[in-house]
Amino acid sequence: MLPFDRFVRAVDEWARDNPRQPVFIQIGEGAYEPRHAPFARIMPMTEYRERLRGCSLFVAHVGMGAILQGLEEGKQMLLMPRRHDLGEHTTEHQLHTAARFGDRPGIRIVEDVPQLKAEMSRLIGEPLRTGETISNEASPGLIAGVAKFLDRARPRP
Amino acid sequence: MARQPRLLAAASGGGHWVELLRIRRAFAGWDVAYVSMFDNYVSAVPGARYYTVPDASRFDKIAFFKVALKALRITFKERPDAIVTTGSAPMLWFLLFGRLVGAKSLWIDSIAQAEEMSSSGRIAKKLATATVAQWPEVACAEGVECWGAVL
Repeated sequence: MLPFDRFVRAVDEWARDNPRQPVFIQIGEGAYEPRHAPFARIMPMTEYRERLRGCSLFVAHVGMGAILQGLEEGKQMLLMPRRHDLGEHTTEHQLHTAARFGDRPGIRIVEDVPQLKAEMSRLIGEPLRTGETISNEASPGLIAGVAKFLDRARPRP
Repeated sequence: MARQPRLLAAASGGGHWVELLRIRRAFAGWDVAYVSMFDNYVSAVPGARYYTVPDASRFDKIAFFKVALKALRITFKERPDAIVTTGSAPMLWFLLFGRLVGAKSLWIDSIAQAEEMSSSGRIAKKLATATVAQWPEVACAEGVECWGAVL
């Protein structure tokens, strides 16, 4: 898992400044280890899901794994994009994802660390209104398209 | 009775894997083996065969070739009739090796690619039987189809 030290450090500093709020951070292969909150390098998917289900604010990068799982659980999400120019990802696609998903109910996107910290404090007190919880399935069109592709790929006797 | 056709469904860790899980209903009637990068993901696909390849979703060229070796072994062990992947780059190996065993393959470019097709998707167009994008504008610009999205 790619490091995102700028994000991890920001959340850790917020934890330091807000000692009464329980915070848990997944840090991947980052060099910076949190000092003010418990953390894991990478959680098993089931633990990630349980922690997501139990939290009141989900703070993450603008990754589709985070967005899809956050929507499946109906959680308010505060997201900061990884930036290619800072070496945080292989391309700038998180900025594009941010542009596409920033307007969805329950999602707030911030551009930098000061905004991230300010919004964490704000959203704990005034949560975003979230949209309908989404199903755990792709759109019917994509499911049907894949099924049709597979039907044609069946070996013929 | 004919054997159940075999499908290899592959995705890198993180979002790619979550995207793959969201199209599982389309795999009904297939004997599915899954491939991703982390051992604990097996809990998401109970009853299916599950393989891992090294985590190479980063700036790591050596890991990329380690994936190749593992992908070759998995492909020849499974000898799938079809391969479906939601990316990312390391999964291109399955498209390549899939051709050697005669599998039909599908690359679904990630929904995260909202402005342009991924560079891996562009390579996939040359290797896969079919390549699709999840945003109509992206599909249109690349001359591929868009059937819908994982959302």
